[in-house]
Amino acid sequence: MSAVTRAAEVGLLACHVCGLVQSADGSRARTCPRCEAELRVRKPRSLSRSWALWCAGLVCYVPANVLPVMHTMSLGDTNGGDDSTIMSGVIQFWQTGSQEIAILIFLASILIPSTKFVVMAALLIQAGRRPSSGRMPVRSVGSLRWYRFLEIIGHWSMLDVLVVGLVTAVVQFRGVSEAEPRIGILYFGMVVIFTMLATQSFDPRLLWDRR
Amino acid sequence: MRSLKVRREVDARVQEDMRQFPDLIACMSCDTLTRRPRLSRAEIAICPVCGGVLLRAAKSVQQLAALSITAAVLWLLANVMPMLGIDLSGRHSQTTLWGSVLSFTNHLTAPMGVVVALALIVLPALQIGILCWLSFFALAGRRAPLFNELMRAWDGMHAWSMVEVGMLGILVSYVKLKGLFDVDVGIGMWAMAGLAIVLTLIVPRDVRALWHQLDAAGAA
Repeated sequence: MSAVTRAAEVGLLACHVCGLVQSADGSRARTCPRCEAELRVRKPRSLSRSWALWCAGLVCYVPANVLPVMHTMSLGDTNGGDDSTIMSGVIQFWQTGSQEIAILIFLASILIPSTKFVVMAALLIQAGRRPSSGRMPVRSVGSLRWYRFLEIIGHWSMLDVLVVGLVTAVVQFRGVSEAEPRIGILYFGMVVIFTMLATQSFDPRLLWDRR
Repeated sequence: MRSLKVRREVDARVQEDMRQFPDLIACMSCDTLTRRPRLSRAEIAICPVCGGVLLRAAKSVQQLAALSITAAVLWLLANVMPMLGIDLSGRHSQTTLWGSVLSFTNHLTAPMGVVVALALIVLPALQIGILCWLSFFALAGRRAPLFNELMRAWDGMHAWSMVEVGMLGILVSYVKLKGLFDVDVGIGMWAMAGLAIVLTLIVPRDVRALWHQLDAAGAA
């Protein structure tokens, strides 16, 4: 017997909404007696849902980085204005002397989303091959840190979407200087939403459940 | 060794046909059972196995109510007052939070307008409204009408309410525009900054603590 007692091993579960620990047997009502939420031992179909959302995010990831996110034009432009992509936005900040902002946008828009894909894939693969002993593998503790990190940083990638929204809303001098959002920002926003949903659907307890 | 005791205790109580264990906590990250500790101010309980936060000394109901009301006032200001304004050769242009939502809607990017409206305006408003409602009844030691539904709704919304990200977005936009125009910062931005701080102070565990607090109050 391991020194640690896990709820599922002794037939208990914690309500995912109010946290009340209670017996998990299927014969009783399947809603929590305290908060009436539907009870579940683990998040339903966690792995397949997470993988599906992960793939959906990856599909959007390419157009999000290739297509323009914003279009700007100013008086005297002969070529009808400029399109900027996520990466060209970072470069522009760097070149105009705002290195801190360039690094910030680089973190939020490029590093965090790509890290999310890699880490989520690693977690999903690891959870797919569960330990047969039921012993808590040391590596799972490390994986869990990564998972919490993803949960915390996930929504910060929305930063670029909000910047595009604000800039295009305020730069509206008809004929002199105008800015418009472009389709790339839609894909980028979808990447953030899909990866956030993938993270939420993942149940970290699967990392050390017995097969 | 302490967990061994927990295990024996659970086995004994299951045999007595006990179904609920309000004095235990199961870690949401690794499912380890521990006894619910009594925490004093600013203490947190960490899972001995995976290091996740199990429990945090919750804010008092008074603090929660005060923060909710503050958030409501700031939300109103952040939405009504202009955020950013720019000047270009005598012409002035300014935008509110709502303006940046509308800016997406004229184009193919319209769905992002919905997302921004939800993340920065609608969900924060609902969250603040729910908090005011719940905490005012909690001040009287009562569960508000629709307590269960609203607590669950609050929980589900939390991840998608992004005022603090919006705040950073405003700062970045400010820097971006500063190179090209004369930029002025509106009252809306200061209100947004305040709102970001207040909403960051109300962590999910403060709200979830109401389940236990009001349960215990009702039972006593």
